[in-house]
Amino acid sequence: MNKVYPNAGAALDGVLKDGMLIASGGFGLCGIPELLIAAIRDAGTKDLTVASNNAGVDGFGLGVLLETRQVKKMISSYVGENAEFMRQYLSGELELEFNPQGTLAERMRAGGAGIPGFYTATGVGTVIADGKEHHDFDGRTYILERGIVADLAIVKAWKADPSGNLVFRKTARNFNAPAATCGKVCVVEVEEIVPLGSLEPDHIHLPGIYVHRIVQGQHEKRIEQRTVRKREAV
Amino acid sequence: MAGWDRNQMAERAALELQDGTYVNLGIGIPTLVSNYIPAGVNVTLQSENGMLGMGPFPLEGDEDADLINAGKQTITELPQTAYFDSAQSFAMIRGGKIAMAILGAMEVSEEGDLANWMIPGKLVKGMGGAMDLVAGVRRVVVVMDHTSKHGESKVLKACTLPLTGKAVVNRIISNLGVLDVVPGGLRIVDLAPGVTEADIRAATEATILA
Repeated sequence: MNKVYPNAGAALDGVLKDGMLIASGGFGLCGIPELLIAAIRDAGTKDLTVASNNAGVDGFGLGVLLETRQVKKMISSYVGENAEFMRQYLSGELELEFNPQGTLAERMRAGGAGIPGFYTATGVGTVIADGKEHHDFDGRTYILERGIVADLAIVKAWKADPSGNLVFRKTARNFNAPAATCGKVCVVEVEEIVPLGSLEPDHIHLPGIYVHRIVQGQHEKRIEQRTVRKREAV
Repeated sequence: MAGWDRNQMAERAALELQDGTYVNLGIGIPTLVSNYIPAGVNVTLQSENGMLGMGPFPLEGDEDADLINAGKQTITELPQTAYFDSAQSFAMIRGGKIAMAILGAMEVSEEGDLANWMIPGKLVKGMGGAMDLVAGVRRVVVVMDHTSKHGESKVLKACTLPLTGKAVVNRIISNLGVLDVVPGGLRIVDLAPGVTEADIRAATEATILA
């Protein structure tokens, strides 16, 4: 079974469908599947629901799919960096379901783990709890949240081997691992595909069972907020 | 009435840090707290995007797009740093492993309700990890301006904005002083230099106990 595809478009061939639910990895612009997002833009798939912690920025990340009006609904925890998002949301063109960040991550993890719902104290007493089942355990109130099973997961990793074993890099792991597990189909873009046997089995972050297709490519890896300390004058 | 500026509030908040604990600092003034960690106090900073052991900003030229904090700022790692995914990050938050979170606030009530994520019709950015943090960490300290630009109290009997969490705040550090949330209302713990008890009472709509 060959999991390696020549480019992002080929890696998505046959898996895109109008109206589908996509789970995406990334936090801000860190660890986003930028090549797969561009390929979805090129494919023109419409009416997407995208579960992603953030919505990119204007012109990069998921922001490009907002500009082309391919997204019908976002499931996110924070969307503050995107003016086009705000415009579409406030004018009613775009649906938005706010999820607390940990609830969104756990919804993906649970969906991928065959757990249809879980109780959490996050959001109790807030608008997030409206309409959700409440249950007390050991004197504390929790709400029921549902696992997410996505039609497609789009993920960015650092390295993959041809069997789909993945290694992430630093904080670019973020939502990529939980998103990968909750996709009925999981497509991963990486910076490097390494030969079988070159990844230390004890150091694999996500085993290849979750990964169906892999594509290697060049990443821009844009920095959202460059904060630095001045070097001392020598 | 003098009071504390942003950096002085952060410096006061840093006194809350307990040696040997794991702490999450929010965006804004709470981020500045890391500049004032007292000597001899060793804390490990958690960044909810998937890191324990957050280091300072990188030197110019050493920025790494794969290494950011929850405010999306470039940062560095430390010898004890560990990385993990978002599900595990919030498992440790929800699971009560983080001793304290220091967060910003738009409004706080005398019962410890916190509003810091949304102004209906105006600011719709999202709650990020704040709802998970206030529900999960063992102690919540908020750092905030005591009043709005128009002089209206932001320390209220009841919040007017959508809540981030109900009865979750333990301590308030404002530009005027430090208040604890206790049964029946708030109790003054500390006054900023030049601020009198009468000043802080006048700037507070919430019940302040005698």
